[in-house]
Amino acid sequence: MSLSAQKIAELEAKATFIREDIITMLYQAGSGHSAGPLGMADIFTALYFHILRHNCKNPQWQDRDRLVLSNGHICPVLYATLAHAGYFPHHELLTLRKLGSRLQGHPHRGSLLGLETTSGPLGLGLSQSSGMALAGLRDEAKWRVVCLMSDAEQDCGNVWEAVLFAGKYKLHNLTALIDRNNIQIDGFTEDVMPLEPLKEKYEAFGWHVLEIDGHNFEAIIGSFEEAKAIFEKPTLIIAHTIPGKGVDFMENDFQWHGKPPDKEEARKALKELRSLQGKIQPGHHD
Amino acid sequence: MINTKLNPKLFDEDMEMVSMREGFGEGLVMAGEENPQVVVLTADLEESTKVEAFAQKFPQRFVEVGVAEQNLAAVASGLAAVGKIPFMTSYAVFSPGRNWEQIRTTICYNNQSVKIIGSHAGLNVGADGATHQALEDVALMRVLPNMVVISPCDSLEAKKATLEIAKLKRPCYLRLLRDKTVVMTTKDTPFKIGQAEVFQEGQDVTVIACGQMVYQALLAARQLQESNISVRVINCSTIKPLDKKAILKAAEETGGIVTVEEHQAAGGLGSAVAEFLSGQYPIPVKIIGVEDKFGQSGEGAELLEKYGLTGKEIIKGILTVLRMKGKHFNG
Ligand SMILES: Cc1ncc(C[n+]2csc(CCOP(=O)(O)OP(=O)(O)O)c2C)c(N)n1
Ligand SMILES: [Mg+2]
Repeated sequence: MSLSAQKIAELEAKATFIREDIITMLYQAGSGHSAGPLGMADIFTALYFHILRHNCKNPQWQDRDRLVLSNGHICPVLYATLAHAGYFPHHELLTLRKLGSRLQGHPHRGSLLGLETTSGPLGLGLSQSSGMALAGLRDEAKWRVVCLMSDAEQDCGNVWEAVLFAGKYKLHNLTALIDRNNIQIDGFTEDVMPLEPLKEKYEAFGWHVLEIDGHNFEAIIGSFEEAKAIFEKPTLIIAHTIPGKGVDFMENDFQWHGKPPDKEEARKALKELRSLQGKIQPGHHD
Repeated sequence: MINTKLNPKLFDEDMEMVSMREGFGEGLVMAGEENPQVVVLTADLEESTKVEAFAQKFPQRFVEVGVAEQNLAAVASGLAAVGKIPFMTSYAVFSPGRNWEQIRTTICYNNQSVKIIGSHAGLNVGADGATHQALEDVALMRVLPNMVVISPCDSLEAKKATLEIAKLKRPCYLRLLRDKTVVMTTKDTPFKIGQAEVFQEGQDVTVIACGQMVYQALLAARQLQESNISVRVINCSTIKPLDKKAILKAAEETGGIVTVEEHQAAGGLGSAVAEFLSGQYPIPVKIIGVEDKFGQSGEGAELLEKYGLTGKEIIKGILTVLRMKGKHFNG
């Protein structure tokens, strides 16, 4: 698989616009989560502008791929991406978290077309995705299911019930992705509740597991294509990301998990993002 | 007549505002100092549930379970089984929301002395939206045998309740709000588990409230004084066991009851009061709470307004009850 340099440049530019929107939305809202959404902007961009089969004019199209966001607190990135993809007017992003808004603080299925489920409470997405995928398999449907999770979510027992289940039913139309940014609220994941070796855990439960750089578009798109080609097993993509990616003072700092930028911080962040001229360099980290 | 042990600045502009979880955090350190068996568990919410100070002071008595509320409850039960007094903290939607059956079987049925601290309850969490606004937690806990349920009215009462439940050898649920709320009480205001306190004397009708709604009830009562309606206000912070004596007395003396809570109207304090009175002394009871709806994002105050949890609605409720009593009044 190879993506043209131009396509990659387009995706990078799109991701930067989405990051700018995330900053602006969070500043306007006065509360919300910064680190996770910025870290996942490249993956959301790749999904909605290349990987998923979807139709913004017909969000309930029967044959669409289903995207389940399990870690609902990163919804600013989902909302910004949906707006860029044409699901609703861009200016509506500024209503995030306000009374009467379709953009609830955590995604609510009934509030906005384009959301497959309600989330925020962690650990529930993989089971719902598995239910969708099982129905899809039995109905021989063409659509696929993508479930996005956080790393802290892997602490939840419910996730492992679903990991067992998807392994048992060989849900090869299901691709899960973990935002492996190593942070959660109380600190680094390996201090709060060690997860490693995560890859081997999923493998032992019957999953095909890939590890990628979550800021490299070729790697992101390539991994979803590989997942499609795998039969008999669900696939997990462990995407190594930098929380707060693109805004220097937010990167890798768990303090930014659950707070928005203030005015000065927002200005600094936007300046930094704009100086990238639509380009975020792929991250180098282990 | 207002209870003299209350904060004299109760209705002033510069009223003191402190969050209940703050009061809990302070009480917890004191409980830890008083009894070395007190241990604390949290589920990736150390700072927001205010157990940081305890964790720093007693690192050997602090347990981090990660985002795993079901494990949180059952591990706490195990700690209690061998003599510890565990305080387990999270947001109320997750604990006691997600882990209800673990609490039922391993804590309540086993009758273990575990203290469940559900923070960020009610509409008060605001912008996070309905997923995070626990409006059902009191109902969930109230129906469990052995469980004690407390919804303090302010930070000081939360602190006193924390110290008291540490001494009680039973499962307890303590409900806390995130945001700052008015400090109505003082250190001299009595607090006893199972005892409701009359915050304002009155003869025409009684408002029984818990949590920050007690303040709204006081405001409503104050406003009605101008229309010569005398409203008794009871802070019923212990929802279970219910102070039947105080409630029966209020029913007999005032003949009509309004209840108010930041919770679904079904299943909470109002239901508890109505269940009791319907069998003992049936009089009109108007239950004010959220009417079978989920919340949504917004500011705390906006949401209280939107879902009808304000002094204005309490006044309406009072007038309804007075009408039901068949009493004549001006207004
Ligand atoms: C069941 C449940 N328990 C607790 C919470 C509160 N909470 C919100 S996010 C979070 C963990 C944050 O870590 P992670 O999910 O890895 O997100 P990141 O900060 O990396 O974006 C917790 C504990 C929750 N949302 N759901
Ligand atoms: Mg994380």
